[in-house]
Amino acid sequence: MSEWIEACEVDDVDEEDVIRFDHAGKTFAIYRSPDDEFFATDGLCTHEKVHLADGLVMDDIIECPKHNGRFNYKTGAAKGAPVCVNLQTYPVKVESGKVLVQIG
Amino acid sequence: MTPGMVIVGAGECGARATLALREEGYDGPVTLIGAERHLPYERPPLSKDGMAAEAIGAKVIADAARLLEARIDLMLSSEVVRIDRNARTLALGGGRVIPYDKLLLATGARPRRLPMAEGIGGCVYLRTHDDAEAIRARLRPDAHVAIIGGGFIGLELAAAASMRGCRVTVLETQPRILMRGVPAEIADIIAEAHGRSGVVIRCGVSISEMTADDSTRAVSLVVDGARIEADLCIVGIGAVPNTEIASDSGLAVENGIRVDETMATSDPNIFAAGDCASFPLVIYGGRRVRLEAWRNAQEQGALAARNMLSKGEQHSAVPWFWSDQYDLSMQIAGLVDEGVTTVRREVGADAFILFHLAADGRLVAASGIGPGNAVARDIRLAEMLIARGAKPPGDKLAASDTKLKSLLAA
Repeated sequence: MSEWIEACEVDDVDEEDVIRFDHAGKTFAIYRSPDDEFFATDGLCTHEKVHLADGLVMDDIIECPKHNGRFNYKTGAAKGAPVCVNLQTYPVKVESGKVLVQIG
Repeated sequence: MTPGMVIVGAGECGARATLALREEGYDGPVTLIGAERHLPYERPPLSKDGMAAEAIGAKVIADAARLLEARIDLMLSSEVVRIDRNARTLALGGGRVIPYDKLLLATGARPRRLPMAEGIGGCVYLRTHDDAEAIRARLRPDAHVAIIGGGFIGLELAAAASMRGCRVTVLETQPRILMRGVPAEIADIIAEAHGRSGVVIRCGVSISEMTADDSTRAVSLVVDGARIEADLCIVGIGAVPNTEIASDSGLAVENGIRVDETMATSDPNIFAAGDCASFPLVIYGGRRVRLEAWRNAQEQGALAARNMLSKGEQHSAVPWFWSDQYDLSMQIAGLVDEGVTTVRREVGADAFILFHLAADGRLVAASGIGPGNAVARDIRLAEMLIARGAKPPGDKLAASDTKLKSLLAA
């Protein structure tokens, strides 16, 4: 059963930035895009299990802090070497200043 | 059918180049020739987490299925002995002749050998997965491991061996570790971490003698006149580019196979990239360098592939490399020795970045260290500033509360 989990406050994430969110033994990354929308993906890079929340967000791309693997965090699409496996994405909604993630 | 593209060297650079040819839409034959028996794999873990782990494992760059799908003709355990540039063919060790339209030399580098250690079985080097397996098997708890060379390979292996329960002594002839390309402030942090782990680092030493016990493979060293006994001696004193097949065929060699900004050698049908190639760094006014770095191998492999397809693209990447030791990770963007002044920025409580500025105020390098990936994001932003020749104000760089991203917009 998938449920909506409160990940953080809206103000916890700067625009064009990312934070880490751990829940039930898994780690996720919560993004705020330059146009002020929120997104969520798995928190670890598919290349070497590095926390993406330490990486850099530029437009709709998250770049792994270790080896510069790049993903579109809105779609999860891997954008070339060294990553070739896409990121899992999760639905996100904002309600009364809180960011909720649907983790199934 | 045309002979197509041939790539010599199935490491990071060669493997990325073959994949890049297909990504660029090239449809002709692609042949990848590797000296090792393994599928192309990533080398960085061999001295880092792979060596410290229970099993080294192998991180394959492209597995057999992916290579098949990309129609890459992979030839492993194959040695190229000669290039005939007039006939545009390669001769393999077994006598086979391979024709090419365009050739990429991604032959990499090999460990620099220590003359004193020749013939001493207890003395080993690290380059390949097989080398790593052999070393790993001998990192038994309480074994005494002597490591000659306080560079990245030596220090990463020292950390891994220490984490495996070995007693470790690092011997460096220079006055400090990481003399080449790493600021003293960062080298000091790394040295302290080794000290906490019980690794003994001795700098400025002179090693006068080395003998071996052939039955136990133990090595006896005389260091500054005093004898040291080691169960295993690892030599990590740098690498030598594999340029022989290039120079034998008359290609220009200058601390590596000499290429231009497009990775072309002195023969327009032959390219070289990665550890084996020396190239002009456009961002430093064409200074000729050779980089032994994972990301450089990838980027140059892909760039060479595009230019084998006549894209005419120039190299523009900023050099970048990293090292992991214990819980620390160091990252450097740019070449530190291009800087004349340094600005320090604290990143949280236990991490910092040094920004290296040229006389005219241009940011030319950034080096940082901290636990985990504490400095990664700021180093990446610094890399972008370096790439565009930015002259960010020193007080802004130093101020932890100024976001580096805001300087990119300036």
